[in-house]
Amino acid sequence: MTTKTPTTDGTATAKADTAPATPLVPLPHAAARAITVAGSALALVGTFLAWTWTDEFPGNLTVTGYPGGLQVLTLVGAALTLLFALSGYGIRGLGWLTPGGTNSPVVLSALGVLGTTGYTMGAISQELGGLVNLEPGAWVSGIGSLVAVVGALGLPVDQPYDKDAGRPGPWGRFRHSLTAPEPGRAEELPSWAEILIIAAGFGAGLYVFAYGIGTEYSELFVGFLITAGFGFTAVTRAGLLKRLSALTAKHRNVTLAAAFVAAICFPFTQSNDQFALIGANILIFATVALGLNVVVGLAGLLDLGYVAFLGVGAYAAALVSGSPQSSIGVHFPFWAAVLTGALASLVFGVVIGAPTLRLRGDYLAIVTLGFGEIFRITMNNLNGNSGPDVTNGSNGIPNIPDLEIFGFNLGLPHNVLGHELTRSGNYYLLMLLFTAIVVLVFRRSAESRIGRAWVAIREDETAATAMGINGFRLKLLAFALGACLAGLAGTVQAHVSYSVTPEQYQFAGSVPPNSAFLLAAVILGGMGTISGPLIGAALLYLIPAKLQFMAEYQLLLFGAALMLLMRFRPEGLVADRRKQLEFHDTGQLDVPDDKPLPDGATGVAKAGA
Amino acid sequence: MTTTTAPTTTTVLDASDVTMRFGGLTAVRSVDLVVNSGEIVGLIGPNGAGKTTFFNCLTGLYVPTEGKVAYKGTVLPPKPHLVTQAGIARTFQNIRLFANMTVLENVLVGRHTRTKEGLWSALLRLPGFKRAEQESRERAMELLEFTGLAAKADHLARNLPYGEQRKLEIARALASEPGLLLLDEPTAGMNPQETRAAEELIFAIRDKGIAVLVIEHDIRFIMNLCDRVAVLVQGEKIVEGPAEVVQADERVIAAYLGTPFEGAPGQEEAAEVEAAEAHSTTEGDDK
Ligand SMILES: Nc1ncnc2c1ncn2[C@@H]1O[C@H](COP(=O)(O)OP(=O)(O)OP(=O)(O)O)[C@@H](O)[C@H]1O
Ligand SMILES: [Mg+2]
Repeated sequence: MTTKTPTTDGTATAKADTAPATPLVPLPHAAARAITVAGSALALVGTFLAWTWTDEFPGNLTVTGYPGGLQVLTLVGAALTLLFALSGYGIRGLGWLTPGGTNSPVVLSALGVLGTTGYTMGAISQELGGLVNLEPGAWVSGIGSLVAVVGALGLPVDQPYDKDAGRPGPWGRFRHSLTAPEPGRAEELPSWAEILIIAAGFGAGLYVFAYGIGTEYSELFVGFLITAGFGFTAVTRAGLLKRLSALTAKHRNVTLAAAFVAAICFPFTQSNDQFALIGANILIFATVALGLNVVVGLAGLLDLGYVAFLGVGAYAAALVSGSPQSSIGVHFPFWAAVLTGALASLVFGVVIGAPTLRLRGDYLAIVTLGFGEIFRITMNNLNGNSGPDVTNGSNGIPNIPDLEIFGFNLGLPHNVLGHELTRSGNYYLLMLLFTAIVVLVFRRSAESRIGRAWVAIREDETAATAMGINGFRLKLLAFALGACLAGLAGTVQAHVSYSVTPEQYQFAGSVPPNSAFLLAAVILGGMGTISGPLIGAALLYLIPAKLQFMAEYQLLLFGAALMLLMRFRPEGLVADRRKQLEFHDTGQLDVPDDKPLPDGATGVAKAGA
Repeated sequence: MTTTTAPTTTTVLDASDVTMRFGGLTAVRSVDLVVNSGEIVGLIGPNGAGKTTFFNCLTGLYVPTEGKVAYKGTVLPPKPHLVTQAGIARTFQNIRLFANMTVLENVLVGRHTRTKEGLWSALLRLPGFKRAEQESRERAMELLEFTGLAAKADHLARNLPYGEQRKLEIARALASEPGLLLLDEPTAGMNPQETRAAEELIFAIRDKGIAVLVIEHDIRFIMNLCDRVAVLVQGEKIVEGPAEVVQADERVIAAYLGTPFEGAPGQEEAAEVEAAEAHSTTEGDDK
């Protein structure tokens, strides 16, 4: 290890007298680990017993000898806990599981098991009326998971406290026990093995994602969220994610291909058209979010009306789709419709950008918000009464026919490799092609002279212009490119959803692709990254779609989630290399404050001079 | 004014009658200044004299109320990116790096005007793209070697120590291949050793054939470095000439020590020097 990392190795915490960090539960190390192992084994065994007596509770938890529904989640979580705990014994062949933290993953996964099991027990009691509905199996797993958590909290802590932070209280100690040091450098593996690991990683990712989309009742989805959330954090703390991302950074093209293949496989894991539709909608949302990331993440232009560009693309495609309600009545082939949509968005982007991009910061945000609403209201008014009849006003353009590409009708199910590919599955694959294009465009433009100029403008526009960058032109370029990408996605969206109406393109609404959610997906996922907005969009679409019983509180929960995220992980779920350094900087030399003093107010004077 | 002083030198910068008013305040009042090729010219003056404002007028960050600025005989439009394109690069008094970009990326941004690859070239990875990118990288690394920052190419700019941030700003400005470099207090906040190194760097820049116009409060630095010094007081250029002559000029002494500025700048400087020296001695003890 280098001298720079002030952390001790996870296993080296035995020297408890020198390391000031103490576990929350005072237990001898050996006893704590034994208790953890026993508890999680108990929880695991419990899943093979009946948890309730009636199959009224969804998922049928009445069978002994075969776990089902939520029990499977407890089983997986308990197995994970067991593996991490055993890895701490130094058992040969398990050491690779915990290159980073050894014990915090155990705590986290044990908490996940307790959460899932506890939630299930609560849900059973609540839905069936009382604790009497719980069979012994539930108690076995519940007590087992509780014991495992207690044991895990008695395990030595992975890293010492901050030297100058002082001794934290119980809550601080609890939070500290969930942290872990970064893993050291990995051993070199042959590259075929590394590629295999990447493939396995994406395979696992696809499996988890497909499982989440395929959850058939909201209890299972909540359980999935708990298990996946804790499991993911545990895997991160164990250092496995760092290892994987080191590999993906090394083999970037392989990673891109693996991600693409995993995404192609998705519709083949779904036999239910409804779930494939969720997949297609997630892709649309994610693609538009990635387009917005060019504007917000790279060039730093806060655009609050971005969904209008999606709308322009969708309306353009709908008008030339041959829909009987279209006021134009032409039927372009798909490629021409795509070009029309993208071009219309591009023109709209330039027309809106040219006057507004002379503003900076908050002013730009407000004006784009206004233009977004103007688009929606205009579409509403072009109805023959308040204006010329172009868009049928609030009725929109319905009956958009299904696409036919090379004689392949996307509206009909097809049998591919023995699997029935439904309509939504077809559109999913078509949309995936567009997502791939947008990913490529984002990546290539970001890693070029133009992309660097965008980031420079985001960082300090005055300095950027003083380095010879034509600020206005490059901002307009980012704005237009972003608009064009959203327009592309819009052309597919019009066909997927059969109809376009103005209400689909609001600033904030309950159905995802709207400006607020797009921005949230970018910020939540991680600005300036490729995978961030994709993951953010998937979460933001999936959670409301799966938990429809709380639709009324959706915006409230959404706000709360954003606030928590900004508090605990301001750089978003996926950290940009730069952002990570920006927010969690360590061990660097005397860094001057972010913005020193305004330089004779050069920025202000430019407008006034 | 465009006539050359000697057959071998040419006029690089010719600012004539530059005036900048902010409402009722005239920050710069009809200042003329000429910089010839191969020259290092100093611009000094008390705090608030209008030196930075004059720089901003030269580089198009401010549109001067009156006057014009010509670079190698052509009058410059007051647009910063066109000024840089024409061949004038600058640094800022309060460092303005792209804090969250790496050191190398900062310098690459400086190459913006000297490269042509547009969006299409980047998206389609046209044949010239790779070569241009490679060339830019090589040029940028050369400049980092030149300024002694090559080892830190992959660090974030914000994580560099103060002195190196100043050097990086110079490297970034040099990346635009300027014929004239404007430095706004390049040694502010530096200790004496760093200041010495900065002097060497500026001489090396001059030897590359780049004319330098430098604002500085450190009189010793100006004396060592400059062929010619202009003094700005309350927006007006009061004296211009060789450093020794200017230093002895009583109007300059009056401006620095005279009634309106009683003692303040001198005391500040003395404190600064003292602090710097204290710093350097503790460093010496460490070794
Ligand atoms: N944008 C502006 N609007 C109004 N007044 C300004 C503006 N910029 C500068 N000034 C004023 O112009 C005068 C000259 O300022 P300037 O920054 O050019 O001084 P300076 O010579 O660079 O001083 P220092 O040595 O402290 O850097 C000051 O009185 C300042 O307040
Ligand atoms: Mg100044």
